[in-house]
Amino acid sequence: MTDSSTVQPRSGADLNIVNVTKSFGDFVAVDDLTLTIPSGSFFALLGPSGCGKTTTLRMVAGLEEPTAGQILIGSEDVTYAKPYKRPVNTVFQSYALFPHLDIFENVAFGLRRRHVKDVKAQVEDILELTELTPLARRKPNQLSGGQQQRVALARALINRPAVLLLDEPLGALDLKLRRQMQLELKGIQTEVGLTFVHVTHDQEEAMTMADTIAVMNEGRVEQMGAPVDLYENPRTTFVANFLGQSNFFDAVLSDRAAATVSASVHGNRLGVPAARVNSPGDQVHLGIRPEKITLSASEDHAVPEGHNALSGVVADASFIGVSTEYRVDLPWGAQVTVFEQNTHHDTRIVPGANVALSWDPVHTFALDASQSVDAGIDSEVLQAVAATGS
Amino acid sequence: MSAGAALAEVSDQGKPPPTASGAPGKGKWTPYLLLLPGALWLAVFFVVPMISLLGTSLQTGSFEEGYEQTFRFANYTEALSEYWPQFVRSFVYAGIATLLCLAIAYPLAYCIAFKSGRWRNTLLVLVIAPFFTSFLIRTLAWQTILADNGVVTGTLNALHVTDVLNFLGLTEGDRILATPLAVITGLTYNFLPFMVLPIYAALDRMDPRLIEAAQDLYCSPWKSFRKVTWPLSLPGVVAGTLLTFIPAAGDYINAQLLGSPAYRMIGNVIDSQFFRVLDYPTAAALSFTLMATILVLVSFYVRRAGTEELV
Repeated sequence: MTDSSTVQPRSGADLNIVNVTKSFGDFVAVDDLTLTIPSGSFFALLGPSGCGKTTTLRMVAGLEEPTAGQILIGSEDVTYAKPYKRPVNTVFQSYALFPHLDIFENVAFGLRRRHVKDVKAQVEDILELTELTPLARRKPNQLSGGQQQRVALARALINRPAVLLLDEPLGALDLKLRRQMQLELKGIQTEVGLTFVHVTHDQEEAMTMADTIAVMNEGRVEQMGAPVDLYENPRTTFVANFLGQSNFFDAVLSDRAAATVSASVHGNRLGVPAARVNSPGDQVHLGIRPEKITLSASEDHAVPEGHNALSGVVADASFIGVSTEYRVDLPWGAQVTVFEQNTHHDTRIVPGANVALSWDPVHTFALDASQSVDAGIDSEVLQAVAATGS
Repeated sequence: MSAGAALAEVSDQGKPPPTASGAPGKGKWTPYLLLLPGALWLAVFFVVPMISLLGTSLQTGSFEEGYEQTFRFANYTEALSEYWPQFVRSFVYAGIATLLCLAIAYPLAYCIAFKSGRWRNTLLVLVIAPFFTSFLIRTLAWQTILADNGVVTGTLNALHVTDVLNFLGLTEGDRILATPLAVITGLTYNFLPFMVLPIYAALDRMDPRLIEAAQDLYCSPWKSFRKVTWPLSLPGVVAGTLLTFIPAAGDYINAQLLGSPAYRMIGNVIDSQFFRVLDYPTAAALSFTLMATILVLVSFYVRRAGTEELV
């Protein structure tokens, strides 16, 4: 019974990570990280492998000790508490189900350790919620990946932890199942109302499920916010490239006091809202998402008044179903990617055609030119692009 | 389940070859062809000698006048009524040695599997290093270690440990050599690697994240050992105890070199009946009884251990 007294009665609680640093020898995995994750939220830590997101999660779980800093759940300091004394449960990346126990006993494991009374009823409830009832007496290795994932979730959820940690929980599933599980997970989180902290490198997964995303890079948070904010208003090239795709032009800003700042790109004057300029200097990477750009045949002169406009030649068009992806060469040698919805089809826009590119200036963003324009792009993708000679 | 099947199961080997696709022609015979060398070997060197041994155990006669087959089952009752103390002693010694091996091997295997880091391979080599020396030499070396005027005996006497051991019936007077303790020590030493390696293999195969998961689910380190590590290592423990107990029960070298005629094991009796007394029927009957007893004990043990439940 000593165990149960250390584990608080469960409901969501704020998770506070305060100035936490974790080093492994010379390597700093997590660098002075401060995060507040409000009770009841679905929070995602998003970043490429090695960015420190899993280390952060393991420190919250108690499986790693921070080199410096504090971790608080509610008002309780758990920085150095043993994992089995924290009101935290984890859904492990590879599920880590106990192979010698059946599904029922796997799910009941945490309750039995805490000597809870009505184990049977609680396990049956959670198996019902996760649609595992018919599999209760099977062994983990007799289950499919999706079913195992649900067992791992049930095994953690049943303890009603203050914070539920999910370590790339859907990484081992195929795409279709992953989509389905994303929606199920989100549904379950809404139903039980616990704080979920979800670690992933899959931006789509993070955006589908999370209320708030912290994009991590090299042990620090690059930017944090709602998925829409991060996508529409990235503050660094890393975020702009890691969440979706972005086109960048080298530009020089002028007239910075105006509501719409003027940017000069190889002699073209483009507008960018002052609120979307994240650069102290005038030298910037001017960014625009591929789907915000409209393509039209040059002879139509169809660019609306006040929109940003450029002209170019279509280099390549690939049909992807819901949209068509165009690559357009600009006069100064740069290339722009454009996604066009397949709502109408202009047969004149084919490789070799002269086209006008236009977009509403409110979608434009300007980022400090001192950062690499390729930050956040998978190095393999960069190599592939270099190899095709574009 | 037979001991052989249990071993095959726990070591993940010895599965029957997958049945052929069912297509007519050559493929159907491939599994049988592959089985053939092993089956022939077993037939010639195991089944035939077994039948011959069984035959011998029922014969009467003497070495000088020759033996003839009379199906005399009294050979068994007579042999047993005379040598049952050696039988009991063999199983007691083998049992104690197996338990000692387990007590020494489990922590060792655990450390090699989870805590050894870059020393893992070195430690594994050290575990099997004694095999580079002959079994006889290694056992003889223990004569020196446990000698009456040696350091070990002297120290234990000085600390009055031998008084306790005498009380337990493990030693006699102020000696260790030529006592049950010496035989059990020899058995423990000689069969230790057979315990370490299967337990190591079982622990090494275990996903260390299972321990993290157990701790995440409110298990203290000791609880997570009891609820996760130990059950998952059981196949290794069962294999190790079988690999230790079976040969130890039939061993006669340790009792011969480290024990005394008063503490003979059944292996020594069989040895002397075959090679010195030349009473083949009695020796054969004892051999058969030993085999049958081990088989019964082991199948009971494996059923109790319930390893069928494990992956």
